[in-house]
Amino acid sequence: MSAVVDEHDHDHHADDHHDHGPDKGLLRWVITTNHKDIGTLYLLFALTMFFVGGSMAMVIRAELFEPGLQFVDPAFFNSMTTMHALVMVFGAVMPAFVGLANWQIPLMIGATDMALPRMNNMSFWMLVAGVLLLASTLFMEGGAPNGGWTLYPPLVLQPITVGKALPFAIFSVHLLGISSIMGAINIIATIFNMRAPAMKLMDMPLFVWTWLITAFLLIAVMPVFAGAVTMLLTDKFFHTSFFNAAGGGDPVLYEHIFWFFGHPEVYIMILPTFGVASTIIPVFARKPLFGYASMVWATASIAFLSFIVWAHHMFTVGMPIAGELYFMYATMIIAVPTGVKVFNWTATMWKGAMTFETPMLFSISFVVLFTLGGFTGLMMSIAPSDFQYHDTYFIVAHFHYTLVPASIFILMAAGYFWLPKWTGHMYNEKIGQLHFWLSVISVNILFFPQHFLGLAGMPRRIPDYAVQFADWNMISSVGGFIFGASQLLFLYIVIDTIRGGTGEKVSDEVWEDAGKHGLEWTLPSPVPYHTWTTPPLTVPTEHVLDSH
Amino acid sequence: MTDSISRKNLKLARTLLLVAVAMFGFGYALVPIYDVLCEWKWIERDRPDDIKKVSESAHKVDVNREITVEFLTVLNESTPMEFYAEKKQIIVHPGEYHTVNFYAENKTNKEMKSRAIASFSPALISKYFEKIECFCFSEQTFKPRETKKMPMRFVINPEIPEQYKTITLSYTFFDNTER
Repeated sequence: MSAVVDEHDHDHHADDHHDHGPDKGLLRWVITTNHKDIGTLYLLFALTMFFVGGSMAMVIRAELFEPGLQFVDPAFFNSMTTMHALVMVFGAVMPAFVGLANWQIPLMIGATDMALPRMNNMSFWMLVAGVLLLASTLFMEGGAPNGGWTLYPPLVLQPITVGKALPFAIFSVHLLGISSIMGAINIIATIFNMRAPAMKLMDMPLFVWTWLITAFLLIAVMPVFAGAVTMLLTDKFFHTSFFNAAGGGDPVLYEHIFWFFGHPEVYIMILPTFGVASTIIPVFARKPLFGYASMVWATASIAFLSFIVWAHHMFTVGMPIAGELYFMYATMIIAVPTGVKVFNWTATMWKGAMTFETPMLFSISFVVLFTLGGFTGLMMSIAPSDFQYHDTYFIVAHFHYTLVPASIFILMAAGYFWLPKWTGHMYNEKIGQLHFWLSVISVNILFFPQHFLGLAGMPRRIPDYAVQFADWNMISSVGGFIFGASQLLFLYIVIDTIRGGTGEKVSDEVWEDAGKHGLEWTLPSPVPYHTWTTPPLTVPTEHVLDSH
Repeated sequence: MTDSISRKNLKLARTLLLVAVAMFGFGYALVPIYDVLCEWKWIERDRPDDIKKVSESAHKVDVNREITVEFLTVLNESTPMEFYAEKKQIIVHPGEYHTVNFYAENKTNKEMKSRAIASFSPALISKYFEKIECFCFSEQTFKPRETKKMPMRFVINPEIPEQYKTITLSYTFFDNTER
């Protein structure tokens, strides 16, 4: 903690020399405490992990292209499904949103930097350490963890499924957890204490609101997950019996603890998604966000409900009827605040003077495809039907619809939306549009057939399958390969934009009238290294018009 | 950043850190909470450790109904034993007492402690399955290479709902020897 106090002295120093820019040399990136540098590090790291996790998905789709075992052995296949999930969740999606938070929250609320800059640096490097530890298990005797990302006992405790990797995976989860808790503390402190005096809580952009609520979710559930994996560790190596039936433990208990974390975790990935969508859609609809206050309340209700619905992930464990019914109805209620959000996005676009630049295209497809993923979620909330869907490709299709064309698409949209602001260069709109259309078509070829496979009974996490599933699997794999290859266009665009893009000089607003929607667009493009050393006197309130 | 703001930041960070630590504790607190909730009367229980010893009482035998009871014997992966039931299945009337013998052999040259855990399918009938004597009530100690004959005496309570025609009872032996 004393390190942070020192930081304050350093800040005085910074105030004396307003214009000093970043340090020279590569060490700048290691020791930086600047929120923009750390945001960039997070985003580039997440992009890298997106391709690492994506390559694992390609291995999975290649193996499933035809029935039979072609390329990898079953244990490695299961490692791939496990690692793909862990890398995408903890290495790509969560860090990408933390990166966006680092860049955008101080800009959007008129703060000079994050509240605790040195802790910020530490949480990034802890993330890198955690992911490297996880990746190291790929090269261990017995291979990477392959019992599924949920790490269910007794499967995950059996030597045949883990080899030497389990303790490494668990320590990696600890590091990733500590990293995200520190990030969350930082974000809450920044939002509560560092806002420009003119900005009231109900003036804050939706992205800031959703991140505030997400940060509270992180602080509440990451420690519970850390506890659950610690129990696994002691069951395996120190003869405790939390989940060991022989010693009076119960493996079902793990599922309860895990999903007490796991369900809020899925909202940790989707709430900031909602925030970015609520930021982008009004700009391109050229209207204020419809129902600002209801958006805030809907976000808060979803976050609250996420704590009391966990057992819908485990309807089939043999719960009492009372439990099944409670978790079924509680889950269905979530559709209400989510419906409010979808309605508000649609109403924001209604009669708007819409234009369809790449960020808007991704955002619109998010609204449509996320809603589709939500509907299948509603189907599975019905406990008796869930017995049919459980552990089939139907659930795989469901959560990929809520993560890929939702979280991932919105992260792409955020990239296209803010990169010109951050770099001062315009991206190539033609390639952006091509990337969008390839992605949106192939993502549906990839995941839509998985609904059919699941309903027909194809189980998840298997390297081989009965021949009646062959056709749709082949189509799904083809979609997967196109989707995977299309993302290289995004990589190209990011690099190209950083290096100059189209060469067109972007204005401070970047997008027409964006200045009415958010403080960040009133700053110069590219954004200077130090911003808001004097806080803004007024804040744009167009986005909150209807609540005033 | 002014002094007062960085003090506020630190104070808030400390509070939030405490919340995180408390939530870590809450994760562990879920273990006893889970046990307590499962004891609640209105929750239909189906956990293996609910299968307790009951004393022999007179049930009216329902000769009009027949229920097939199947026996499964399983060894948890590294348990060095042989374990089987004398019969794969028997057909019983509800209310009728039966004894089935199970055999287990210690395949090692050392003394072994092991524990059998029962589970039922369908799970919710466990409360109608009354056991008077069972090797699963306590941990079993086996001398080196010893084979034990272990009787299991049970009755199916005649109040068992009509729709149940087959009950599968599975025992898994876990090696609990201290190492």
